[in-house]
Amino acid sequence: MFKHKKALAIAGAATVAALALAGCSSSGSLSGGSGSDTKTSIVVGSADFSENTILAQVYGQALAANGFDVSYKPNIGARPVYFPALEKGTVDLIPEYTGSILSFLDKSAVATAPAEVDAALKKALPETVVSYTPAEAADSDSLNVTAEFAKQHSLKSIEDLKNAGPITLAANPEFETRPDGLPALKSLYGLDNITFKAIKDGGGPGTLKALLDNEVQVADIYSTTPSIEENNLVTLTDPKNQFASQQVVPLVFKKKASTKLGDVLDKVSAKLTTKDLLALNAEVSGDKKTQPDVAAKDWLKSAGLVK
Amino acid sequence: MNLFEQGFAWLFDVAHWMGPTSIPVRIGEHFEYTGISLFFAALIAVPLGFFIGHTGKGRGAAIAISNVSRALPTLGLLAALILLLGIGLLPAVIVLVILGIPPLLAGVYAGIESVDRQTVDAARAMGMTELQILFKVEIPLGAALIFGGIRAATLQIIATAVVAAYFSLGGLGRLLVDGLAQNDYPQLVAGAILVIAIALIVDGILALIQKLVVPRVSAGTRSTKRTARGGAIPPVAQSRTLIKEGQ
Repeated sequence: MFKHKKALAIAGAATVAALALAGCSSSGSLSGGSGSDTKTSIVVGSADFSENTILAQVYGQALAANGFDVSYKPNIGARPVYFPALEKGTVDLIPEYTGSILSFLDKSAVATAPAEVDAALKKALPETVVSYTPAEAADSDSLNVTAEFAKQHSLKSIEDLKNAGPITLAANPEFETRPDGLPALKSLYGLDNITFKAIKDGGGPGTLKALLDNEVQVADIYSTTPSIEENNLVTLTDPKNQFASQQVVPLVFKKKASTKLGDVLDKVSAKLTTKDLLALNAEVSGDKKTQPDVAAKDWLKSAGLVK
Repeated sequence: MNLFEQGFAWLFDVAHWMGPTSIPVRIGEHFEYTGISLFFAALIAVPLGFFIGHTGKGRGAAIAISNVSRALPTLGLLAALILLLGIGLLPAVIVLVILGIPPLLAGVYAGIESVDRQTVDAARAMGMTELQILFKVEIPLGAALIFGGIRAATLQIIATAVVAAYFSLGGLGRLLVDGLAQNDYPQLVAGAILVIAIALIVDGILALIQKLVVPRVSAGTRSTKRTARGGAIPPVAQSRTLIKEGQ
């Protein structure tokens, strides 16, 4: 194990050195002939779940097609790990979600409507990080029940859960304390009939199984997850805006930000809809198991963003 | 205040020692999962180890299966079992049992095997039945290694039982998983300190029990081989050397 790590470290150091050398040669006087300008290098990182990796590829490939020197660091981990890396410029671009990153930066944030969240985010970002225009695409928390359970208690909105008797709700552990999680269910909707079960798979297969087995009656599943449609789950509406808007937004290390970079990113965001995101997720996590980079490329082509 | 101090502060906060999700409840749950898993792991591994050690049969297969199951990623296996069986205690116990079997099995059969064959033959010549040989000769003489297996399995299960928290169960893993997810690092550190402390305390208790219960002679079994190979020392004399060496 230890030897392995050492080898990895050496390989990593070698890669860095090689990249540095490559950077020198392409920008220095040695690179004759091609006559191209200095390429700005951009390291695109992502959180450790598949949708974020796809988004990293979407933005990254669009930049690569527009003359940026792009490399990838996918699956870095969770926010507390990758955000400091972005702040220091170890990675230069991370696709984020407006509401989540806002509440990470400002624990007292209360904005939930899309424009409010975006404005609050711009204020909350540290000096070394900038955000661009958010996409229409959003991947927010959503509370889901089985079609059967919805019919049984005639459920349409989160509010209706009041009359469903004692229920158990499954979500990621942070839902228990997040201001827009369990506390909001109580304060905003006045629900006091809920037992909480923490299942740490981000509304993934374990959560779905618990819901289908009726171990839990309500499950927090991200709105762009294909399993919602595949299993005819009913997503409860959120009339009081409990869940903050979660539009996709690229965050960039400020030293790498430029008008050219912003133009490319904004063009991508302008085309990306929630439907697209759902389709991309289904492509990668569904039966086809398309690689994230391939799925991203196909989408960019169909959107006319790359040739 | 650094993170460790914050962790200890969290740990000694009176509010965290009362109520349905308090530290004592979590420790209790942790011991529950550990105890149940260890029980079933022992139920499988101990008789199997006795059989393999005593007869020498199936040793290759046991080693192969143990090694393969050691390589199984516990969390991945748990996730797969959850999909098969649904959330609950059963999947967590199954993965912990699978985790506990290899060290237990290895300890038990190595303990039995370590007993000098001549001593066993002597016992047989004295007219002991196979079961008597196992319980009166092989187990007492191999007890140190057997106990070592129990200690190793217990430690591994205590340390790994935290995975139960990933899928809605309790135990000290709750502090780790929730602490990480909720950016509550003092809680995370407190959980880590508790798991380490409990593992060390339990191992200490087991070491003490081992000292009190396990006959000391077992340490000498290896060296009797040399004497035995050296020449015609009759079994009775041999067992006397054995006792002497042990003292």
